[in-house]
Parts: sequence; structure tokens; C-alpha cells
Amino acid sequence: MSGHSTYEPQSAPAKWLERRLPVLSLVHGSFVAFPTPKNLNYWWTFGGIAFFMLVTQLITGIVLVMHYTPNEALAFFSVEHIMRDVNYGWLIRYLHMNGASMFFIAVYIHIFRGMYYGSYKEPREIAWILGVLLFLLMMATAFMGYVLPWGQMSLWGATVITNLFSAIPIVGDSITTWLWGGFSVGNPTLNRFFSLHYLLPFVIVGVVILHIWAFHVAGNNNPVGVDPKSEKDTIPFHPYYTMKDLFAIIVFLIFFSWFAFYLPNYMGHPDNYIEANPMVTPAHIVPEWYFLPFYAILRAITFDIGPIPSKLGGVIAMFGAIAVLFVLPWLDTSKVRSARFRPVYKFFFWMFALTCVVLGWLGAMPAEQPYVALAQFFTALYFAHFLIVLPVLGLIETPRKVPDSINDAVLGKTGDAA
Amino acid sequence: MKNLMFKSARTLAVVAGLAIAGPALAAGDAPHVDKQDWSFAGPFGQFDKAQLQRGFQVYQEVCSSCHGLNLVSFRNLAEEGGPGFSVDEVKALAAEYSIEDGPDDEGEMFEREGKPFDKFPSPFPNEQAARASNNGAYPPDLSLIAKARAVTRGFPWFVLDIATQYQENGPDYLYGLLTGYHEAPEGYEVPEGQYYNTSFISGKTLSMAPPLSDELVEYTDGSPMTTEQYARDVSAFLMWAAEPHLEARKRIGFGVMVFLILFASLLYFTKRKIWSNVDH
Repeated sequence: MSGHSTYEPQSAPAKWLERRLPVLSLVHGSFVAFPTPKNLNYWWTFGGIAFFMLVTQLITGIVLVMHYTPNEALAFFSVEHIMRDVNYGWLIRYLHMNGASMFFIAVYIHIFRGMYYGSYKEPREIAWILGVLLFLLMMATAFMGYVLPWGQMSLWGATVITNLFSAIPIVGDSITTWLWGGFSVGNPTLNRFFSLHYLLPFVIVGVVILHIWAFHVAGNNNPVGVDPKSEKDTIPFHPYYTMKDLFAIIVFLIFFSWFAFYLPNYMGHPDNYIEANPMVTPAHIVPEWYFLPFYAILRAITFDIGPIPSKLGGVIAMFGAIAVLFVLPWLDTSKVRSARFRPVYKFFFWMFALTCVVLGWLGAMPAEQPYVALAQFFTALYFAHFLIVLPVLGLIETPRKVPDSINDAVLGKTGDAA
Repeated sequence: MKNLMFKSARTLAVVAGLAIAGPALAAGDAPHVDKQDWSFAGPFGQFDKAQLQRGFQVYQEVCSSCHGLNLVSFRNLAEEGGPGFSVDEVKALAAEYSIEDGPDDEGEMFEREGKPFDKFPSPFPNEQAARASNNGAYPPDLSLIAKARAVTRGFPWFVLDIATQYQENGPDYLYGLLTGYHEAPEGYEVPEGQYYNTSFISGKTLSMAPPLSDELVEYTDGSPMTTEQYARDVSAFLMWAAEPHLEARKRIGFGVMVFLILFASLLYFTKRKIWSNVDH
């Protein structure tokens, strides 16, 4: 990370520190002098935006905890106390609540950018795998966070998701009881979810550092997908990308504020303003929007597959939908990174994006026909993209001519101007 | 190859389109609720103080005999962004209520006059008592009801709502429910103790008798004393009860937006200047 530093400490304290802990040159090498491809477009700003949202969630979350009570009898009212009586409590809470959605929006765009431009390919596989791990950690954190206000959807969402573990053969029921700390979702569950919801974000911070470290070894990918060949291809991270990222973050904040200030409950479910009640099951139990595609896949498996009962099949399919991302670098057999030079892949990429959107919509629909059949169809498309299209396409597709260097691409020396 | 690709793309798009159009067609179960004009809608929305006061009057004289308002304190009625009662009015209002307090030095619970810091007392001591006096049904607390009920919007409305900032599904639904009592259609058997309502979110009938009727509540400001007006006023009041900082939220939001847009513009030009010597 510090390999790119040209940093020479000037002041006496900086020299003193640098001799003992070279953290200044580390930061300088990673975020100031770091040579970055000069052709990164705005899709590349979503990594920085996601990091900004992580920090926002940490800060608002830590403040919320100062007023929140994780107890099944008090949690719902402590959130309302924040909304009504704590100074600007409503602001902090709405920022945190909508911030989770914004974090997912940024991360989803970041993931799809990586897929479009082949950022997961050699030598960035580890950065990609750490990214998928971050996605999983985010999902766990968000799920447990949604339980904390202890509304109806909190309780019943937690019940549905924790019940999935009971599908595991033999030990499933014991695992579910162990997760609950009892025989249903109750106070012990709320307490441990609170504890883990506070812990996991710091784990995320740790993995984010590894994620950045990993892609800083190889350097950023870029829209052309050709590695930088000379100094003409790169520019220092600061001030070029610090300014570009900052501008993008502020524009994203406008979008975020639109929701937090004017549509604060748009992403939420009205039932979560009803206190959790184990005796009343909501008509439709729906997870937060960012889980909907996976929820659709879970519910799509309505049939037994050989010895595997449908419930276990659904759980396997849902976790499989994420697990397949871990091996994506080896499923894609094409040597060309960027979809710019892979016309057929580009088509399938957009089909895949559409598949995810439709699955998300199906996840919000009741589990009845025709939605179940559609969910099965689109689940098949989801997996086909990874297991059939990507391996085969790399072998049969004829990519267009890839430019010799980033600089050539920028100057339009190939047919495809950047 | 290319031709085939676009053909299959078109097929898939049609399938997806049909899929998305589905719920709009299948939405027959969800009641239709008409949008109302609310003073608090939109980016500059503010509560109409007179309307909140009238709505509170409706709540107090009609709804409160069965429905609690557990999360609202008397003092809230005098706070910024609310119905705008004076502190003295709120003190007098609170004093009309009897609040159980204690235990005192002898260990006995006692009744005392309400104070502004007290929350609205529940009409029933517990859920069982509420059910016993309401034919088995439990009248929900109304503190959050305006945010806890909404009719599903369906595609494409839920997308358009982002642009129009439509967040008034709750009060629209409450108004629809309160004005939605009708004669059941020919041949429809209304169960004993139930009332037919075309706007009810989870069925055709509910246990609540039509609570409002013309001339039921005596308005002193000359507003029409009709069921529609009562329903509108109490729905607005309940929106305030559910979201007492709505005005501050929108006001601060506007300042935030102005700042962010100016800041983003400055950053844009700064970024362009910095990048002006780079081919990219």
C-alpha cells in the first residue's frame, strides 16, 4: 500500500512519527500519491459513496444507541421516544433507517459495476471475494438492525428468517432454538441481535480495509479493463479522485436527503409502526427491499428435489445465489475484462440486471400464482447467467479489439472512444 | 446472432412488463382509496393549526371513548409544529383528566389531576377490558395509526411516488375508512356486530360502528359540521400525532437541499478545473 509513496516528512513531529510508525507515508501512498487510472467514470465513485454511508451508519447508530433500549417491552417505545422527545432524534433515526437503504443502493451499483467491467478477474479475485463477504456481513447487519425497533415486521421478519435454519437436516431445530435463545423470537433474540448489530459494523470496517488493500495491490480496474502501462495512463488519487469522489458523494447525499427528509417512510413497511405482537401474524411478511431478490429465490423452490425437501431447497438456492458470487472469477472464462469489448456479454449483463430487478419485485408479491411460476423462471435465469452463460460465453464469444493502453483508449485510437 | 439477441431481449422485456403489470390488474383485493388534499403534503407542507385543533376536538369527543393516544403527552399540544394550543389551555385541558399516580407514602395508588407532562390516559385499563366492551374487538391505539396503515400502491404508482413525494397514504386511508361506510351490496351477508366499509384494508367489514355523523361535533370556527369534514380534520390530527416533527423535518430538509445543491455546484466546477489538464 505504501509502495507508491513519495512522501518525505517535513516537520519535526512528522519525522519523529514516521521513524516509529510510518502511518503518514502509508496514507500518502494509498490515498494521495496512489497512481489511479485516469479514465475512471462515475460508476467508480460508488465505492467511496458506500464507504461514506458506512461511516454515516456508524455515527448515527452510535448516537441512537444512547437512547435505545433493547428489551421486548421497551424497544418499540424507546424508538418512539427517540422520534418524539430526543432533540433531533427523528433526524438521526430517519438518517439511520434510510441510510441502510442508501448503503445497499451504493453497494449494489458498486457490485454491478464490478460485473460490467470485469473487475473481479485476475489479479483482483481476493478483492472481489472480500467484497462478497462484505455484502454478506451487510445483509446480516441490516437484518438484525431491522429487528431492533420491535415492530410487527421486525418480529415476523426475524421469525421467518431464523426459521430457515430449521430446514437444516437433523440439527436444524436445535440450531434455531440456539439462535433464538428460547423457543420463539423473544427478548433473548432481541438482545443478541442488538449486540451483533453493534459488533458487525466494526467487522465490516476491518474487512473494508482488507478490501481496499487487496485492490490497491493490483491497482484499480478501469472502464477499458487494460492495466496501466505507463505514467501517461495514471494520475495521482489526490486531488483528482478525492475531488471527483467528493462531488459524487454530495450528489448522492441530495438523493439520500430526498428520502430522509421528504419520504422517510417510503422504504419501510407500515406494519413496523405497530408494536411486535407474537399473537398476530401480519397478512404478508415482507423483508426490506434489498433482500427481495433473494427472498423471491427462497420462495421459488416449492417442490422437492430428490431427497431435498422444498424448504431446504429454497434455503440452499437462496444462499447459493450469494455463494455463486464467491466463485464468479472462475466461472467467467473470458480473458477480456470490460463489457465494452464483449458485445454478447454486455447483452447478457443487462439481462442479468433485469432479472435481479424482476426477482426483487416478485419477492414483494404474495406467494401465489402467477408469481411463483415467474419467480421460478427468473431464478433459473439468475443461476443460468453464472453457471451456463459466463463459462460458455468466454469460450465462444469473439471480443472486439481491446486498445493497447488506457491513454490510447482515451485519445480514441481504437474504434471505441472512452 | 445479434438479431436473435434482440429478439430474445424483446421477449424477456415483454415477460417482465407483463409481470410488472400483473399486480395492477390483480390488485382487486386492496381497497381503493382516493387521494385527498392535505396542507402538510409536499416539500413545503405545514399543518393547518385550526384543522389540528378541530381534529383534536373530534378525537377527544368521539374517538377517545374507545381509542388511546398513548404516545402523546398533553404538553405536545402546545409544542412548535402542532395544533398550537397555549400552555394555559393545555394545563386546563390536562386538569380535566384524572390520572392514576402513586404509590404514596402509605403505599396506596391515588388519582390526581392531569398535568401537561402526562400522556393521554387509555380509555380502558387493559386489552381484555377493551375487548369486553367492544364486542371482542380491540380498538388500536391511535398514536401511530397514520403511519401504521397504508394501502399498497402497486406499479407504477410506487415509482412515481418518489418524484411526487407522496407520503400521505396513511391519512388518505383514515379518511377513506371514516367515510367508507356504506350499505352492503345486495346479497352480501354482514356478520352480526360488523359494519360494511368499502375502504377497510383487511376485509369488507369491521367491528367499529360508523363513528362520525353530520352535526356530531360542535365546531366553533364556522367549519362545516359534516362527516367528511370531521374525517378530514381527525385524519390530519392523527398524522400530526404520528409525526409531530413533520414541519421541522420539511423545513430543515429544504435548507439541507439548498446547501447540498450549492455545494455540489461549487464542487463540480472545482473538479472540472482540477481535471482540465487531463485527457480522460
